[in-house]
Amino acid sequence: MSQHSQQKIHIGELTAEALIRASGLSAIAFVLLIFAFLLREGVPAFFEVKPDALLGVRWYPTEGYFGLWPLLLGSVLVTAGAAAFALPTGLLVAVFVAEVAPRWLREIVKPMIEVVAGIPSVVLGFLGMLALSPLVREAFNAPTGLTALTGSLVLAYMALPTLISVAEDALDSVPRSFRDAALALGATKWQTIWRVTVPAARTGILTAMMLGIGRAIGETMAVMMVTGNAARMPLTLDSLMRSVRTMTATIAAEMGEVAQGSTHFHVLFAIGIILFVITVAVNLAASLAIFQQKRRSERLLS
Amino acid sequence: MSREMVQRFGFAFLTLVTAAVVLPIILVVGYVVVQGAPGLSWEFLSQMPRGGMREGGILPAIVGTLWLTGGTAVFAVPLGVAMAIYLAEYASDNTFTRLVRLAIINLSGIPSVVYGLFGLGMFVLFLRFGSSILAGALTLAIMTLPVIISTSEEALRAVPQAFRTVSISLGGTKWQTIYRIILPQALPGILTGIILGLERAAGETAPILFTVAAFFLPRLPRSVFDQTMALPYHLFVISTQVPGMPVKIQYGTALVLLIFVLSMNLIAAGLRSYYRRRRQW
Repeated sequence: MSQHSQQKIHIGELTAEALIRASGLSAIAFVLLIFAFLLREGVPAFFEVKPDALLGVRWYPTEGYFGLWPLLLGSVLVTAGAAAFALPTGLLVAVFVAEVAPRWLREIVKPMIEVVAGIPSVVLGFLGMLALSPLVREAFNAPTGLTALTGSLVLAYMALPTLISVAEDALDSVPRSFRDAALALGATKWQTIWRVTVPAARTGILTAMMLGIGRAIGETMAVMMVTGNAARMPLTLDSLMRSVRTMTATIAAEMGEVAQGSTHFHVLFAIGIILFVITVAVNLAASLAIFQQKRRSERLLS
Repeated sequence: MSREMVQRFGFAFLTLVTAAVVLPIILVVGYVVVQGAPGLSWEFLSQMPRGGMREGGILPAIVGTLWLTGGTAVFAVPLGVAMAIYLAEYASDNTFTRLVRLAIINLSGIPSVVYGLFGLGMFVLFLRFGSSILAGALTLAIMTLPVIISTSEEALRAVPQAFRTVSISLGGTKWQTIYRIILPQALPGILTGIILGLERAAGETAPILFTVAAFFLPRLPRSVFDQTMALPYHLFVISTQVPGMPVKIQYGTALVLLIFVLSMNLIAAGLRSYYRRRRQW
């Protein structure tokens, strides 16, 4: 190889490596950019609307009422409902797939659950509207089927794939010897699962639950289509049977109709800031749990 | 009740719960197929919508989704693969790398509608791309990155260390080793990640709401600066915004979108299992 072509390879290589190192930095840059642009358009809202008005209980943007409580509580109610369905179900399915199912069944169930993750949320919302909401209406004899409960059911389903796959990973990574020891001591498989394997995987399972809930809070289209979108305070006992409106749905439904730079426009971005902060907090907590778990298992193995 | 009985009932209960989760998947997909199939025809796929979208086809939505998916690939694939190479081959275990990983985890957790806000703020307004395929594809690309990165990194890490050692010991440089040895070996896994990422981009609605999607635009986009209709947004529009929409067209649109997305899912799954079986290490 001539001196010249070797030099060319060298330069090409240096460029490629520099680009690759720069790409690592871009991940951090994107998160900061997203936050910066939310702040840029959202912070003015806190000057244009008085803080106590933002903490009001009425959301009528056209009349200048920008109370965020109904939206915040709407998100909380729908997400809590989804968690109530999805957390126990997800754990049970993960245990079944990881510990009980024979290999062939596992190979069928896992891809099936991945299919749910692939179905666009607008399709699930569409089916929720046309197929699920009439069932909800009839089952509870409610005036409408577009309720917080319908939203919770659809959301629970959408949170399941994340929840199941992360929880299953956590169960899989419990060392074989833990189970063997329990079985050798005379425990049944069932006892081993609930007294040894699941407790040993609890950090990972907790992470799975947090990630699942994080997904549910941020879901937009399906929730917007099935919850009926009434911005009311969900404080009464029958709130699950009534329409609510979440933060995500409010942004998606109203951003198309507001004037750029108006107070309403800025408040919608401010809601975006709230959502960003909530999901980042959930994800940080979840990943810190993973890091800690890793450190603990390193200690155990060393 | 004896311990064995408890176990038997317990396992039966777990099976039941799993069935209750898995069966609706078949039901959901089957229902859309049965309800949507009558609406499918060559005209439906190849014509412009007419009569307030209540007649005719969905061609501009299909073409728009292809443009957006392609545009997403142009931005997300090189960057995502580069990031995966960085994490798998270059990054040492230090604070910076940990920050990069945290950033990627956060990118995957940010709600899709917040990506939409970001795209509106940065690409549409600040960079003055306007509501355009360019703005939509860039927004979708950033949202897609975490999927591509995590799958590709896993594929790169799965290549045995011996491949690297041998290549270096024969005088290959680090980059030659990556480019000529590691990447080709990891390619099927990387492709799987790319397809899964693009599948997500193709089905998303919220990020394109304020960055590109047109309510009704009965012509095909000519450049990346055009607005366009897109399948997921079109399904949203005809199922919530247009009264008196024929159910046949709604389910037909849902079925086309589902076929589009799930066939990508199938290709990815097929690719993965084919190469897993063929691979010799």
